[in-house]
Amino acid sequence: MTYQFDFSFIYEYRAMLAHGIAYTVYLTLVGGTVGTLIGTVGAICRTWDIKPFAGLYQCYVELFRNTPFLVQLFLIFFGLPSLGIRMSEGQAAILAIILNVGAYSTEIIRAGLQATPKGQIEAAQSLAFTRWQIFFYVMLRPALRKVWPALSSQIVISMLGSAVCSQISAEELTFVANFIQSRNFRAFETYFLTTAIYFAMAFLIRQSLNLIGRYAIVRRPLP
Amino acid sequence: MMTFTLWDIVRNLLLGGALTLLLSMVAFVLGGLAALALLFARIAKHRPPRGLAQIYIEIFQGTPLLLQLFTLFFGLSLLGLDVPAWLAAGVGLMLFSSAYLAEIWRGCVESVPRGQWEAGASLALTYREQMRHVILPQAMRMAIAPTVGFAVQVVKGTAVTSIIGFAELTKTGSMIANATYQPFLVYGLVAIGYFLLCYPLSWYAQRLERRLYATRTN
Repeated sequence: MTYQFDFSFIYEYRAMLAHGIAYTVYLTLVGGTVGTLIGTVGAICRTWDIKPFAGLYQCYVELFRNTPFLVQLFLIFFGLPSLGIRMSEGQAAILAIILNVGAYSTEIIRAGLQATPKGQIEAAQSLAFTRWQIFFYVMLRPALRKVWPALSSQIVISMLGSAVCSQISAEELTFVANFIQSRNFRAFETYFLTTAIYFAMAFLIRQSLNLIGRYAIVRRPLP
Repeated sequence: MMTFTLWDIVRNLLLGGALTLLLSMVAFVLGGLAALALLFARIAKHRPPRGLAQIYIEIFQGTPLLLQLFTLFFGLSLLGLDVPAWLAAGVGLMLFSSAYLAEIWRGCVESVPRGQWEAGASLALTYREQMRHVILPQAMRMAIAPTVGFAVQVVKGTAVTSIIGFAELTKTGSMIANATYQPFLVYGLVAIGYFLLCYPLSWYAQRLERRLYATRTN
């Protein structure tokens, strides 16, 4: 084989690659944060069976967990305009990620809330905790502590899944890769490098989430 | 201009859906076989196979499926092979599934209490016998629910293969949407198609999980 590998394009396209990385990080951060908030509210509604939200949330979760992200993206970006809801590719991408993370995190956090032992709630009641205190200190915080690893994995999976946002030309990392390889015809090198960047990002995001988990969530409240 | 009736759309989508189903099954079954080999490497006593399996798993779990497909698709054509889209899709999804399944099953094997291994050893069972008669039967019971759950991920993963040009459900949907100018209807039907494929699996996985917990607490 006489093929010469050539990675010199990295320098030439460094600004674009940086832009793509930043965009993917933005999608992950905003999608992860807002999605987790939606998931927390959903988990609360589902755990306490708050009507009619519990039922609505269940439909939402089942719909989003049982259809591919790519199809959700297409439906939002190409489908919704015919109902008069028009948005840019960036808005569609972030909306799809938020809704996707929201659906998964609802189920993850709900599992954590349901694992609260009844005795702990009763113990808190006998210590005259208010309803809100019981919810926050006895249910939500330990629940988040328990499900934090699962939640982190889900956020990393969403980051990896965001690669398909390139298909509606949201300018994230894979979109940049597609652009570069259409210019230099070095498809293998470009995609190989991009894959390596994703790998490094997945590692870094997982480590940061572990750190956040250790310092912000696992830390015990002050006595 | 050619007009499409609703039946034309549905009929074509059904064809795409059949390919999605076929690709999912092939990827899942072949991926499962590969995962079995990976699993044994991952829990082997010796370090080299363990390390190699771990690297393989981390690479496939740490990179997007789309880029795995791209790299495979363009990498193989560098070697002078002309890879058709269906082959790249099948091989890519198979490798992807094998990494995830191996990791799921490893969790199940490792959650079998240590004492079970020791009990096996004290009965003078060899490693292979301990595995075959003590560990795997217990691990398999635990593995069924998450494995069925992962099948949903495989079905959804097939949607990504549309991007490298494999004409499954999503790709068929895009082509029809472009021809009919009715994206909401067509992608809505596509979504319903995936839901019909995935929901029964999710439901079944959940039921299995509940049953497993019930037997454990009783």
